[in-house]
Amino acid sequence: MDMRFSPEELAFRDEVREFIASNYPQELKGGARRSRGEMSKEDILRWHRILYKKGWIVPHWPVEYGGTGWTITQRYIWNEENARAETSPLLPFGLSMVGPVIYTFGNEEQKKRFLPGILSGDDWWCQGYSEPGSGSDLASLRTKAVRAKNEKDGDHYIVNGGKTWTTLAQFADWMFCLVRTDPNAKAQEGISFLLIDMKTPGITVRPIITMDGAHEVNEVFLEDVKVPAENLIGEENKGWTYAKFLLGNERSGIAGVARSKKAIERLKNIANAELIDGAPLMKTDEFSRKVAELEIDLSALEVTELRTLAAESKGRGPGPEASILKIKGTEIQQRITELAVEAVGNYAMVQAPRMEATGNEFVPGPDYSTGTAQDYFNMRKTSIYGGSNEIQHNIIAKMVLGL
Amino acid sequence: MDFSFTEEQTLLRNTVQSLLADKYDFDTRRKVTKTADGWRPEMWAQFAELGLLAAPFSEELGGLGGGAIENMIVMEEFGRHLVVEPYVETVVIAGGFLREGGTAAQQEALIPGIVGGETVWAFAYAEPQGRYNLADLTTTAKKDGSGYTINGYKAVVLGAPWAQKLIVTARTSGGQRDRDGVSVFIVDKSAAGVSTRDYPTVDGRRASEITFENVKVGADALIGAEGKGLPLVEKITDEAIAALSAEAIGCMKELNTATVEYCKTRKQFGVPIGKFQVLQHRMVDMFMAHEQSVSMTYMVNLKLGESDVERTKAAAGAKVQIGKAGRFVGQQAVQLHGGMGMTDELNVGHYFKRLTMIDTQFGNVDHQLKRYSEAA
Ligand SMILES: Cc1cc2nc3c(=O)[nH]c(=O)nc-3n(C[C@H](O)[C@H](O)[C@H](O)COP(=O)(O)OP(=O)(O)OC[C@H]3O[C@@H](n4cnc5c(N)ncnc54)[C@H](O)[C@@H]3O)c2cc1C
Ligand SMILES: Cc1cc2nc3c(=O)[nH]c(=O)nc-3n(C[C@H](O)[C@H](O)[C@H](O)COP(=O)(O)OP(=O)(O)OC[C@H]3O[C@@H](n4cnc5c(N)ncnc54)[C@H](O)[C@@H]3O)c2cc1C
Repeated sequence: MDMRFSPEELAFRDEVREFIASNYPQELKGGARRSRGEMSKEDILRWHRILYKKGWIVPHWPVEYGGTGWTITQRYIWNEENARAETSPLLPFGLSMVGPVIYTFGNEEQKKRFLPGILSGDDWWCQGYSEPGSGSDLASLRTKAVRAKNEKDGDHYIVNGGKTWTTLAQFADWMFCLVRTDPNAKAQEGISFLLIDMKTPGITVRPIITMDGAHEVNEVFLEDVKVPAENLIGEENKGWTYAKFLLGNERSGIAGVARSKKAIERLKNIANAELIDGAPLMKTDEFSRKVAELEIDLSALEVTELRTLAAESKGRGPGPEASILKIKGTEIQQRITELAVEAVGNYAMVQAPRMEATGNEFVPGPDYSTGTAQDYFNMRKTSIYGGSNEIQHNIIAKMVLGL
Repeated sequence: MDFSFTEEQTLLRNTVQSLLADKYDFDTRRKVTKTADGWRPEMWAQFAELGLLAAPFSEELGGLGGGAIENMIVMEEFGRHLVVEPYVETVVIAGGFLREGGTAAQQEALIPGIVGGETVWAFAYAEPQGRYNLADLTTTAKKDGSGYTINGYKAVVLGAPWAQKLIVTARTSGGQRDRDGVSVFIVDKSAAGVSTRDYPTVDGRRASEITFENVKVGADALIGAEGKGLPLVEKITDEAIAALSAEAIGCMKELNTATVEYCKTRKQFGVPIGKFQVLQHRMVDMFMAHEQSVSMTYMVNLKLGESDVERTKAAAGAKVQIGKAGRFVGQQAVQLHGGMGMTDELNVGHYFKRLTMIDTQFGNVDHQLKRYSEAA
């Protein structure tokens, strides 16, 4: 057993650090703190395009599709360095979700057609899984796709139904979508995985504003939407297999250890600047203990993640243990934002202006206090999405403990 | 031992309930908080008309003869409707200062404006460096002839954009955090040298940063004895804490009702999600958190008149309880509503935000725990 980096790994770290330092856009510094619902499409894509040019956009993909061939440790270092520099996170929908599904289950034609746009960032993807009646119980989804063939339109599906909570669908060019193709089969067996061009007639996107005031999620209505049959991934009615494969990928990135480390550093800076009776808040027993507990939980999670990664590098895929990363990772993220609200005291009450604000709004208090409460409210989503934390507990109970 | 309400108190509750049911549904409230003003002066006028603004004042002061329990009743109902109008600031705090520390002349001149709904007040006490320490003041009031000249800066003064008058704490002597040397003043917001910068708060209200630059007030602006204001400030903020506790139990009650209702009707995996035992136990914990908070709210409201130590323990204890319970109930209500709980459209997130801010107001859990253990 060894947890230290080798000299080659350290050299790699320096190379990465130097690359980020000289290439990450100055104007986006600190952008990682802003929720995505507050950033423009181009802002979100800036870093993506730079990494694409460098050839570092998908370190986790096989080399033949554009991957870097890095070891698991190098990928870990890459994540660490990005978090350290607070680069804005890349959108997972193309790079971590649908991309791997396409190169794993798609045909040659589909790989040629879709992978380049995912890599370059020219195609913005969104995830059409959840429906109003199907959240935790995703397999109950009802959006219907009926296959039809005629002279004029060729082989195609007609899709009817609706998706909800679709993150950043307002910017999307494409949606990967779970649809029901066999209403008579068992719930999991009649589902297909379809790629839908968001410009197709019959699609309406309606914003949902979250309690922190952000426009991050949407409802997507699908009314007689015509989708060419060549946009079906894999086999008809086998979509659940691909969906589960994708969710496994989603979970392993969700622990967010490196970014939480940085967030704790930020929290400590706040607590050092905030004074109680003239002395830093960070020096009080109550607060420093809470931060210490957080750090200890985070280091446990970090090693748990490393153990998971090490197992993965030996060819074992992310098993149900990945649920530990989701549960603990999100709890820690939420506690950090909660402590930040505590740390800034009275100025936590201030509503920070939204992106679309004129810039003339008055925002009182130190810079670090702006938006702390909104971050806290926004982060409540992390224990709900990607399979709620209750569902993750159920997975561990069933799959690991055998209950 | 008797925890029942009098007939008058029940009547008061019914009055508030029917007014708010009628005029303060969630959608209306949401629209109002998004207007430029952010509140409804006509609601304030209605409160006055129905006697709510008079409820806690004695009859000699032109009130209806109630006290803390009346405030508690009003505030619990206000909490259930997320009322933004500045009852705590005007009736509980400014009213409290005038009742406890005002001269007969001040009471005669100013209480009718509160009772009648003509004057709205705000409490300018916190400063950026002071956090929750009521004595940590850099704002000064210097003797100037028979009056005073005030200089300083006050942070996050809730309700100030709506107010005409301010209660201002300032140092007339002593070092920055001394208990002695704190004085309390009445200042017109329109007085020369007072400047305000207004902004919205995350719970849908409004606040201001206020600068005092050579603001001249007369000797009659002083409430209580010069330099001896801190005990009064502590007493009145405890009264405000008692009122906020009541508001918080109103918020929690609505969240718990909404959550239980939602879990009975929302179906996943073919059953109402309330059938999952883990969620049932969570809702039981939410229920208990609310009940414990009701108990502490009753206690603090009943103990406001006791010795400083008893009152401090009751207020700090209540604030700790509602701070923790409010967080727990708020977070769980959002969680159990799933994606719906995250939306601006649903009231759940708004109660959660208000409860979060109640924890911050007048000192969060850590601050009040410390205060409790120092008093005990
Ligand atoms: C900000 C945000 C972004 C999202 N982005 C996307 C996206 O891009 N694409 C997409 O498809 N979806 C997205 N989602 C949807 C997300 O995946 C769902 O919200 C999630 O699956 C929960 O479903 P639900 O909201 O319907 O809650 P429900 O399933 O109704 O759950 C309500 C509560 O009941 C609990 N519960 C449910 N079943 C059980 C059980 N068996 N045992 C114990 N407890 C249970 C849940 O944990 C939760 O606490 C997003 C959600 C949010 C909040
Ligand atoms: C110190 C001591 C003194 C006692 N004195 C007496 C006595 O004087 N007279 C007497 O008659 N008995 C006595 N008891 C017995 C006591 O009442 C039982 O231990 C108790 O009822 C639990 O039963 P059990 O030990 O069989 O646990 P179980 O019933 O087997 O329970 C095991 C665990 O499962 C949980 N569980 C069970 N059912 C559910 C459910 N539906 N939902 C969720 N969780 C569940 C329980 O909460 C517990 O955590 C005593 C026990 C102790 C430890």
